[in-house]
Amino acid sequence: MSTASSSVPTSPARGAGTPILEVDDLRVQFRTGSGLVNAVNGVSYTVSEGETLAILGESGSGKSVSAQAIMGILDTPPAEITSGRIVFEGRDLLTLPEEEQRKVRGPGISMIFQDALSALNPVYSVGFQIGEMFRAHRGTSRKEAKQHAVELMERVRIPAAKERVNDYPHQFSGGMRQRVMIAMALALDPRILIADEPTTALDVTVQAQVMDLLKDLQRDTGMGLILITHDLGVVNEVADNVAVMYAGRIVERGTVDEVFGNPAHPYTDGLMRSIPQVEVKGGRLQPIGGQPPNLAAIPSGCPFHPRCPKRRTGAQAAPGRDCVADVPPLRLVVPGRQAACHYSEEVLGV
Amino acid sequence: MGRYIARRFLLTIPVLLGASFLIFALVYALPGDPIRALGGDRPLAPAVVAQLTDEFNLNDPLWLQYVKYLGDLLQGDFGTDFRGREVIDTISQRMPVTVQLAVVAIAFEILIGIVAGVLAGIRKNGFFDNVVLVSTTLIVSIPILVLAFIAQFTFGLQLGLFPIAGVNEGWYSFLLPGLVLAAGSLAYVARLTRTSIAENMRADYVRTARAKGLPRRDVIVRHTLRNSLIPVVTFIGADIGTLMGGAIVTETVFNLPGIGRAVFDAVRAQEGAVVVGIVTLLVFVFIFFNLVVDVLYAVLDPRIRYE
Amino acid sequence: MSDPNLTTLGHDEAGAGGVTGATDQPGGEARQNSLWSDAWRQLRRNVLFWIGAVLGLLFVAMALLPSVFARGVDPRSCNLSNSNAEPSAEHWFGFDQQGCDYLANVVYGARNSLIIGLLAVVVILVLGVLVGAISGFYGGVTDSILSRIADIFYALPLILGALVVLRSGILGRGVVAVAIALALFGWMTAMRLVRSQVIAIKNSDYVAAARAMGASNTRILVRHIMPNAVAPVLVYATITIGILIAAEATLTFLGVGLQPPAISWGLQINTGQSLLRTAPHAVLFPSLILTLTVMAFVLMGDALRDALDPKQRS
Repeated sequence: MSTASSSVPTSPARGAGTPILEVDDLRVQFRTGSGLVNAVNGVSYTVSEGETLAILGESGSGKSVSAQAIMGILDTPPAEITSGRIVFEGRDLLTLPEEEQRKVRGPGISMIFQDALSALNPVYSVGFQIGEMFRAHRGTSRKEAKQHAVELMERVRIPAAKERVNDYPHQFSGGMRQRVMIAMALALDPRILIADEPTTALDVTVQAQVMDLLKDLQRDTGMGLILITHDLGVVNEVADNVAVMYAGRIVERGTVDEVFGNPAHPYTDGLMRSIPQVEVKGGRLQPIGGQPPNLAAIPSGCPFHPRCPKRRTGAQAAPGRDCVADVPPLRLVVPGRQAACHYSEEVLGV
Repeated sequence: MGRYIARRFLLTIPVLLGASFLIFALVYALPGDPIRALGGDRPLAPAVVAQLTDEFNLNDPLWLQYVKYLGDLLQGDFGTDFRGREVIDTISQRMPVTVQLAVVAIAFEILIGIVAGVLAGIRKNGFFDNVVLVSTTLIVSIPILVLAFIAQFTFGLQLGLFPIAGVNEGWYSFLLPGLVLAAGSLAYVARLTRTSIAENMRADYVRTARAKGLPRRDVIVRHTLRNSLIPVVTFIGADIGTLMGGAIVTETVFNLPGIGRAVFDAVRAQEGAVVVGIVTLLVFVFIFFNLVVDVLYAVLDPRIRYE
Repeated sequence: MSDPNLTTLGHDEAGAGGVTGATDQPGGEARQNSLWSDAWRQLRRNVLFWIGAVLGLLFVAMALLPSVFARGVDPRSCNLSNSNAEPSAEHWFGFDQQGCDYLANVVYGARNSLIIGLLAVVVILVLGVLVGAISGFYGGVTDSILSRIADIFYALPLILGALVVLRSGILGRGVVAVAIALALFGWMTAMRLVRSQVIAIKNSDYVAAARAMGASNTRILVRHIMPNAVAPVLVYATITIGILIAAEATLTFLGVGLQPPAISWGLQINTGQSLLRTAPHAVLFPSLILTLTVMAFVLMGDALRDALDPKQRS
């Protein structure tokens, strides 16, 4: 399962089949007027058939940028993929010619976005926009594409699909619009679906409906789902595995139950303590202190060290494990768990 | 959508009436006696003066004169000038020249303005973008009067490519004045297109279009251009109305017998009926095309249609 | 405001292009100050602004001290034997039809142009700000009526309207008359600009807060709304001076603006147009100076707009 060039073993996929997508040491930079911004700094993971991998992180952690890199929709410039491989069904997308890459988007890997209102073109009907998938990739006629669009809208449970197929995005409610996005993304039965904060812009009740729909559709199609989110609740409910990102790196990876049950990285631990939990009544919420990292000047050593309560430096640190000087690699800490912390064992309490 | 159009239409009526009354008042409420001016150096016989005064309702209060004028206008009667020639004849004789001029100008706006704007917007801050920015600033800074002489001197006299006056060579005669007339709007169209394209290129739905794996051509034409050109198309539509009224200088310098030239001559000769008739018509054309643009906007952008 | 661009880019929504939001929700004085000092910092680095500013200053100086730029030559001392003579080392712009030194004549034309441009823009600003502020602040029927009146004037082309007014002779034919005629048909854009600013700011939370603390209408208008409307109006006014100078030349060219013996670029171009074949310099020099003057204001206005619009910065 692990590749030779990969510096770390790939994550164990729980209850899933063969790997479909393999991201290896992905690095993305942005060239800005005020210097280089290192948005993604060596991210590796695999997604298998039927697996739901949650990528968890705050704004600026690089979770969306890495997803856009996989989709091949980063604006270049200012973005640049400086290294890494994105292997989809045995082919490295980054080495494919643009035209071949394009053919993967849609039938191979598909994506839905956070704000469906701005992600859908306001001047075309939703039927047209869903139908475009068939017309662009299969050369389907306009009329037939519209029929497919109606079927898809029914599949994502949009009521009165036949009547609404000619409506425009602004005529739908937020939840229905997100369903339109999902219908569009699923049009060509992709093997991988990337959902970038799919429910953040929605009401809480609608969030649950949309997540349920996604889970059902995944069960039906067996696709791999990459769920990008900062919402720990959503991760807990729907994901199999989770990768926690900080400052463009994965800092912890494992199954959701294990990672959430007993974090191996102080950042994950901080995240757990910063949200209210039903089980722990009466305890106080503890926000993570300090500022999110500046990606143009990522702290030396462990990027989390300025905010880390367990930081060790100088005489306190073990040789080669100084939090301020040495970058902690993502390593196996216990079976099925990887973390990028010099003192994971201590955090875990093993 | 019907209600939207009806509302816009109703709003135009007071504007049309107001503008024509404003010109009417300016022309007729003036001190000075247009009928005596007509006689020039030789004084007219008192009987003739009385007859003309009566014919043009010059003894009525101003508002009554206007109401009478309006009544005639609604029956298609634009009145006559002091020499007894029907104003409507002058208009129908001069109008085709101005329409031709406006058509050529609009064609330049579309051909040069939009193409330059698209090329500049797609590669913002690139070489071509900077060329467009500098040249449009330059064009905007040159008064149309000066531009007309530059065009006459270089393309007409020095290079001998185009006629510099008159309409004797059909459409060909309109190329140079059309370009001059279009210049300012052309620069604006280029800039508007550029800004709009550059903005839309970063829109979320363009990113979606790329994520859908659409061919690059579809991403640009269908999802970037289509949206970006909405403000451009509406500007050009409204500009038709503006160009018709703005052709005075161009028609004068290039000696084109159009409506602009006619109104200018009438103002100088204090031919009240001709001035009011033509200006009312120009205002109508201006308002009409603005109304067309409002409807066009609703057709092009469904968000407005269903407001 | 350490470096908003940087953090924006660092965020996940890299492509979306966040708005830094300095003027969207205009705040107190501190924010105003930072808008202007940021704008000035931006302006200083803009080459086009400096070209415009230098040209503009040059023409103001020309209007104030024409004899210096005319090299001491009296524009009215003429010698018919020099009629239409071409430019020479001694007489840079040659001579006009009457045999007067053309450089002196063109230079002396600057004063009228600048006076009319400035005067007209002042009248436009007074009218536009007044009507726009009333319209936007009171809304309702007042707004409807004032807006329709603006629409009526808007439907009449500037040159055509001014042409009719000037020909009617109500205002006379002097510098003031031309300026007022231009302002009469040119105030609407300023009005719409101020009106929309007033409406936007009137509905902002901080004006609501000021009102809740008992601020009077006048105080809200003067202390809160006007300072925020200054930036767009300033941009508009700068460019408009240039456009008005061009319009004055056009009206004069058409024979309804300034009349001889006034010295004006429009008159010079008018006289020169029949000589285009034989003495092109007669049209060339007044046109050139007129264009450079208009360009000065357009360049300054453009640069000012870019500097005052934080959304464009990146």
